Amino acid sequence: MGSYIPNTRAQREEMLSAVGVSRVEDLFAAVPHEMLLEHLDLPAGLSELEVRRAVEAMAAKNKVYGTVLRGAGAYRHFIPSVVKSVISREELVTAYTPYQAEVSQGILQAIFEYQTMICALTGMEVSNASVYDGSTAAAEAIAMCRDRKKNKALVSACADPQTIAVMRTYCFGSGMELEVVPAKDGRTDLEALKAALTADAACVYLQQPNFFGNIEDAKAAGEAVHAAGAKYIMGCNPIALAVMETPAECGADIAVGEAQPLGLDLAFGGPYLGYMAANKAMFRKLPGRIVGQTHDVDGNVGYVLTLTAREQHIRREKASSNICSNQALCAFAAGVYLSAMGAEGLRQAAKLSMSKAHYLAAELAKIGLPRLHEGPFFHEFATKCDKPGAVLKALDEQGILGGLAVDGGILWCATEVVSKEEIDRAVAIIKEVC
Amino acid sequence: MKLIFEKGAPGQHLSLLPACDVPEVEIVSPRAEAPELPHLSETELTRHYTALAKRVHGVNDGFYPLGSCTMKYNPKINEDMANLPGFTNIHPLQPEETVQGCLEVLHTSAKLLGEITGMDAMTFQPAAGAHGEFTGLLLIKAYHKNRGDSARTKIIVPDSAHGTNPASAVMAGFTVVNVPSGPDGCVDVEALRSAVGPDTAGLMLTNPNTVGIFDRNILEITKIIHDAGGLCYYDGANLNAVMGVVRPGDMGFDVIHLNLHKTFSTPHGGGGPGAGAVGCKALLAPFLPGPVVEKNENGYRLAVPEHSIGRVKNFCGNFGVVVRALTYVLTLGQEGIPEAAKNAVLNANYMMKRLSEKYTMAYAGPCMHEFVMDLQDLKAATGCSAMDIAKGLLDHGIHPPTMYFPLIVHEALMIEPTETESRETMDEACDVFLALWDLAHETPQALHDAPVKTPVRRLDEVGAARNPVLKYTPND
Amino acid sequence: MTFPAELKYSKDHEWVKMLDGATALVGITDFAQSELGDLVFINLPQEGDDVTADEAFCDVESVKAVSDVVSPVTGVVEEANTELEDEPQKLNEDPYGAWIAKIKDISAFGELLSAEEYEAFIEKK
Repeated sequence: MGSYIPNTRAQREEMLSAVGVSRVEDLFAAVPHEMLLEHLDLPAGLSELEVRRAVEAMAAKNKVYGTVLRGAGAYRHFIPSVVKSVISREELVTAYTPYQAEVSQGILQAIFEYQTMICALTGMEVSNASVYDGSTAAAEAIAMCRDRKKNKALVSACADPQTIAVMRTYCFGSGMELEVVPAKDGRTDLEALKAALTADAACVYLQQPNFFGNIEDAKAAGEAVHAAGAKYIMGCNPIALAVMETPAECGADIAVGEAQPLGLDLAFGGPYLGYMAANKAMFRKLPGRIVGQTHDVDGNVGYVLTLTAREQHIRREKASSNICSNQALCAFAAGVYLSAMGAEGLRQAAKLSMSKAHYLAAELAKIGLPRLHEGPFFHEFATKCDKPGAVLKALDEQGILGGLAVDGGILWCATEVVSKEEIDRAVAIIKEVC
Repeated sequence: MKLIFEKGAPGQHLSLLPACDVPEVEIVSPRAEAPELPHLSETELTRHYTALAKRVHGVNDGFYPLGSCTMKYNPKINEDMANLPGFTNIHPLQPEETVQGCLEVLHTSAKLLGEITGMDAMTFQPAAGAHGEFTGLLLIKAYHKNRGDSARTKIIVPDSAHGTNPASAVMAGFTVVNVPSGPDGCVDVEALRSAVGPDTAGLMLTNPNTVGIFDRNILEITKIIHDAGGLCYYDGANLNAVMGVVRPGDMGFDVIHLNLHKTFSTPHGGGGPGAGAVGCKALLAPFLPGPVVEKNENGYRLAVPEHSIGRVKNFCGNFGVVVRALTYVLTLGQEGIPEAAKNAVLNANYMMKRLSEKYTMAYAGPCMHEFVMDLQDLKAATGCSAMDIAKGLLDHGIHPPTMYFPLIVHEALMIEPTETESRETMDEACDVFLALWDLAHETPQALHDAPVKTPVRRLDEVGAARNPVLKYTPND
Repeated sequence: MTFPAELKYSKDHEWVKMLDGATALVGITDFAQSELGDLVFINLPQEGDDVTADEAFCDVESVKAVSDVVSPVTGVVEEANTELEDEPQKLNEDPYGAWIAKIKDISAFGELLSAEEYEAFIEKK
């Protein structure tokens, strides 16, 4: 049994006597006797060797695919070696939240750099230190827009269904109304959006590119939203932002998104990273931690958690959000990723992803799987498919994770890590089945 | 130290991606200008991060007795297990047959943690303690709604509670009723009795409480709430004091959250990621966020509970954190879990005894895994506050304890050594605390000026808030 | 500590300056700002907000705390002093000059003290 308790039996005896009790159980005297657990039904503890075997056995029951052609909210991108090398440093892994700024300047500066990079990507004025993931960021964003007269949030049907689900659950808590604006041909129906923008509409959330990979007319949507006096929230893929029109350019008041593509493993869904950024008018409503620059008593530049009076530990029941933590180490990883890639590397990742996806789409169209929708897309697209089960099974047998089965067909994704050979191979396999 | 944007030169870069082997495509609606991101060589990049890491004090650097945070040792085997390619390379939307290992991790963790806490079902979807609180309160809300009882709009919270408790209650759509703590730091039972009624949805409590004392009236407290028709929520932040010794499920709690990054040794990462697992008794299981993992003769599968509140996060939660927690629980096992709790309590009492030589404890009597010191007398006598002592500790390489929490104690310092600290470390730390007490009396100015040995000295927080500078802007 | 004679004061440490029978400026007293410490932000009320005597109508933030500002009168906010958004320190530097809101249509008053009564009230604390 591993214990991690340094003190020997003898040392513990000495400490007990210093405290003035004979057994450690005496220190639990306040616990009613009848509540003390008689038998804890757990297996016996294990040595490190045995634990390793047990957990490795579980990992071995998972299938790791050589080629991944599935996205839908989690993306396999190339992660430069420096990222993991940096974030596995003991100091960064084992530190607590940087409340004692003098001994936490490394983390605070890294978060300040991360905030700067998120603003660079999105064009927005202020970023927070991150939240749990893209969907909770979206849910927090709609809450930011609520006011006494406007209690309705509108979300496009083309947003990730999981994001819509999270928003719904958060609205069950807050009492905010959530209305889904219908899709038309794989994009948000702008006419339906305008009709839904009644006087009580506080905000509209649009995902860009949307769940089906299609690029929305985000500027036009933004104009409609503002014309109705509501706030505009965009949820953008951060890799796409290397080349795509920014939320700021589209008039967004708040920009959020899932930053897992920025250096985080797929890891069966987590930990991931939600970014949140806002314009000048709204930044004080951002939930969560924010790092600011200041000076110390000697005039040296330093960094601190700031604007803390917004937060729950001070406002308690008057806080607008209960969020206490950020995903610090994940944000750190994203910062390292963006620094390693630089603007040019990120542009390359975006361009490669987009090009591979367009090549895959063209090849699939040739063998009878045309796109379900028209118009521009980024690195995901949906195709018609009459036998999705058979197609995915055939790919699976060859170590390829095909696209996600959706209504009407399959949602495919290609990123910079997929080679032309892998695409050709996948297409050949599908051709056999169809 | 320069920011990363101030280093390197345009054109410097790493060589990471190959040329495009398919026809290149341009985006239709491009951004006007490329984002301004750093431009560094790999040498400069890694040096920058090495320098940043050297300006951080982690648990692996030295004693970190932060009350209510449980800064215990983060085992390295946990990191290795979480980083197995069989976990890191798994897409969350893979077919169920191909992720039986991941589902086994979640199912087994739910079973083992359920046994430790006395809960019947568990979700790992919440990403943090506060997120777990929000989730648990929504379970309570859904439960009452399902019973057709719309009058239950209030959640009772003791005034000693962590700020997330009332904030979570409001986020879940409740109003908060604060009940006072008695002079012993525990819930004032009579005040609680007067506070309940047909509008009581539930109570949020942690036990031991935020001053490190086990509330011996706990069974009476949970009964009062249940008799009034409400449910009891356990804030698991202090579970390290009692895990394997007594279970929240046996104290009368219906729903709990665990902080895997506190009690179950997963690292804090500078502020995340953590995991706020939520466990509940059978009566709330139908409302859990979905999907949950079920097991049958064919293996594991994902299922959505019948009356699920929906989702609080994408996919299944912070899976990588759960792997670390599972590795830890398997390591400690049946004997190790209660042994950890008992030694956490022993260590805290040992430090409390030694520090009582000079410092005033906020509450008399033995503590659990943490204790609170009240420095009002020191402040009155010397002008040195809890803040000054904390800053003095920094110059000795010791991370300060939690300051100014809970709110019911003024000039509070809350100390939680955890079970993974040695007697030598604790003795050295106590020596420093006692020396600082003397220094406060002899040369208070030295503490007002502290720290002097850290990379930066005390920072102007007022300036930071009045004139926020929240990102780097290049000088013109 | 100053207590301008021409103002009225509430026990929650706000001051009131009547402009005419139904309009007034309100702010926080010198005692209040010294207790609160360096103020870093004020969440101003909005034009058109209804305010009620003895109820909070806005709040002020220091680095580590937030405090409600209780309205001494019942009425409607005609104007909020938006200068304070960028310069909250004026509340500390010039508490009686840094008015927070102009309230109109005043229909009721909370308990108001004269400068001497308020000074005596503070002494007793």
